[in-house]
Amino acid sequence: MPKIIIHTEKATDIQALIALCPFGAIEYNGKELSINAACRMCRLCCKKSGGVCEYVEDENAAKIDKSLWQGITVAAEMVGGQVHPVTLELIGKARELAAKTNQKVSCLVVGYQLENCIGAINAAGPDEIILYDQPELEHFRVEPFCAAWEDYINFAKPSVMLVGGTSVGRSLAPRVAARFHAGLTADCTMLDIQPNTDLDQIRPAYGGNIMAHIRTPNHRPQFATVRYKIFSMPEKTAPHAKIIRRSLSAAKLVSGIEFLNLRKKQNERGIEDADVIVVAGRGLKKPEDIAMIRELATLLGGELGSTRAMVETGWIDPKRQIGLSGRTVKPKLIITCAVSGAVQFAAGMNGSELIVAINSDPEAPIFNIAHVGIVGDVYEIVPRLIEKIKNGERNLL
Amino acid sequence: MNIIVCIKQVPGTAQVEIDEKTGVLKRDGVPAKMNPFDLFAIESAMRLKEKFGGRVTALTMGPPQAEKVLREAFMMGVDEAYLLSDRKFGGADVLATSYTISQGIRKIGGYDLIICGKQTTDGDTAQVGAELAEFLGIPHLTGVTALLDLAGGKLKVEAEIPLHVVELQIALPCLITVEKGIFEPRLPSYRRKLATADRKITCLTLADLEDTNEKHYGLNGSPTQVQRIFPPAAKAEKEIWNGGNAESADRLYALLKDKRFLTELR
Repeated sequence: MPKIIIHTEKATDIQALIALCPFGAIEYNGKELSINAACRMCRLCCKKSGGVCEYVEDENAAKIDKSLWQGITVAAEMVGGQVHPVTLELIGKARELAAKTNQKVSCLVVGYQLENCIGAINAAGPDEIILYDQPELEHFRVEPFCAAWEDYINFAKPSVMLVGGTSVGRSLAPRVAARFHAGLTADCTMLDIQPNTDLDQIRPAYGGNIMAHIRTPNHRPQFATVRYKIFSMPEKTAPHAKIIRRSLSAAKLVSGIEFLNLRKKQNERGIEDADVIVVAGRGLKKPEDIAMIRELATLLGGELGSTRAMVETGWIDPKRQIGLSGRTVKPKLIITCAVSGAVQFAAGMNGSELIVAINSDPEAPIFNIAHVGIVGDVYEIVPRLIEKIKNGERNLL
Repeated sequence: MNIIVCIKQVPGTAQVEIDEKTGVLKRDGVPAKMNPFDLFAIESAMRLKEKFGGRVTALTMGPPQAEKVLREAFMMGVDEAYLLSDRKFGGADVLATSYTISQGIRKIGGYDLIICGKQTTDGDTAQVGAELAEFLGIPHLTGVTALLDLAGGKLKVEAEIPLHVVELQIALPCLITVEKGIFEPRLPSYRRKLATADRKITCLTLADLEDTNEKHYGLNGSPTQVQRIFPPAAKAEKEIWNGGNAESADRLYALLKDKRFLTELR
């Protein structure tokens, strides 16, 4: 495996060299420079140190035969008998990738009474749908679901496994990845593929302030999770998938987890499904001011969104929080009001179709991602806009 | 009831920027702190201990200075602490991290329950818990929002899944990851700080573990490799309006109307 070697004797400025590492992984004991456990292998030190730090590939490492692992598989997620839309988005992305490497796209579905979902999946255009349809798989329980994925992977040997970054996906993908000692990249925001089927995975890292490009050069399958609404819904296509049915033996369906009680969550519309979101940010002065933001959202047929700061002050419900530690949204329109636009917020909404930002600080980072940046006072603009919309409404009547 | 809580030291702020010219992260002495999600894991463990007895052990992996978060765990009432620290653990991805922690836990042994926070604020993957459970061969549950009961070797919890809130029973030993807000975390106590100032923290290095093959750890044991890091892209086409509040409000109204966002009105 590759490693980094430091040639201490070549270093002219020890402190400058130590400062090169964003993770503080370069140590100096007074005699020698060394790399400590904080190293993330970003190799910045190799690029910036003028030869003091050297990246060494290990040529002795056994290389796997990638040709044994073929195809891109999307692991479907079922929610209340329906296919989660992230599944269809991923099939769309998988088709793009598969076209580049001339591979097939498969969709793995684990659950119970799955016949009704075949149509929706098929319209997204996979080449194969693999079903594990058994009563014990009605509810998500980690051991039998893992067993189904394990059985599938041993059977089909997919090169890539794409998984929705939902609560189920984020529980199951790591478990199965560990079982296969495979690589897993969480919450990818961009995907591409190399001719040798190495998946290019790009994800925000370090709180979203930097992007990391990650590959899994010597392990298969390559697991990647992607959140809902990162990729677009594919156009519907003529169904052509081959349906493959497999099942697990009783021994594999055993679980240490028992369902005692299942109750429906309160039927509230989440911000993830809203076409329009108006976001209240930290620039608001008091909790009562959220009312006008909410009113604007309602007038536009949308939902109120929040930054992390507004949730932490307790002014807004955490379910409305947008960003890396909240929800990822991709509405048709998002209006941010007095939001500075920290990158972890931006990562949760910068896929929105139209971003309008209102902020009094012309230097606010939100203006870097806004399509329309309005330098101005939310307390002046929003009430006037509300007034105009209401008047317009009267005129329509 | 012996509980192990897995915690992590993270940068005190996420406001780290990358210099677009040099490609180097701007890092001016950012202080480190305990991953905020871990406070809920420690609190959950303490509540279970207070009700059902037993011991709470905190475990972290990181450089020697990560000891600080274990001291903080002592201040919240944790009984024992272990630090997994070795240069060979460096550069670990999710798989190698989980494997290393699983080896640490095997070394500690004698646990009934492992509790992790929902995610860390630096890696943000929320996936180490599940991989750890796999390496230990125990069931796991993520997204736990309430601890309901412990009886007959089974833990009863509430967890949120899409559309539903479920009540589940999970056989011990097992691993759970708890949501933010499951309990209000207690504040570190100054009295406990004094009382635990001399308490020993056990440091585990590669040589202390069952599997001492260094190829399974750190960068060597990591299937994923970072090719490069770069700053997030700013969108190119954008316009800035700074013609005054009234004018901007009117323009925005016209834009919304033009883009048909006002057509839903009746």
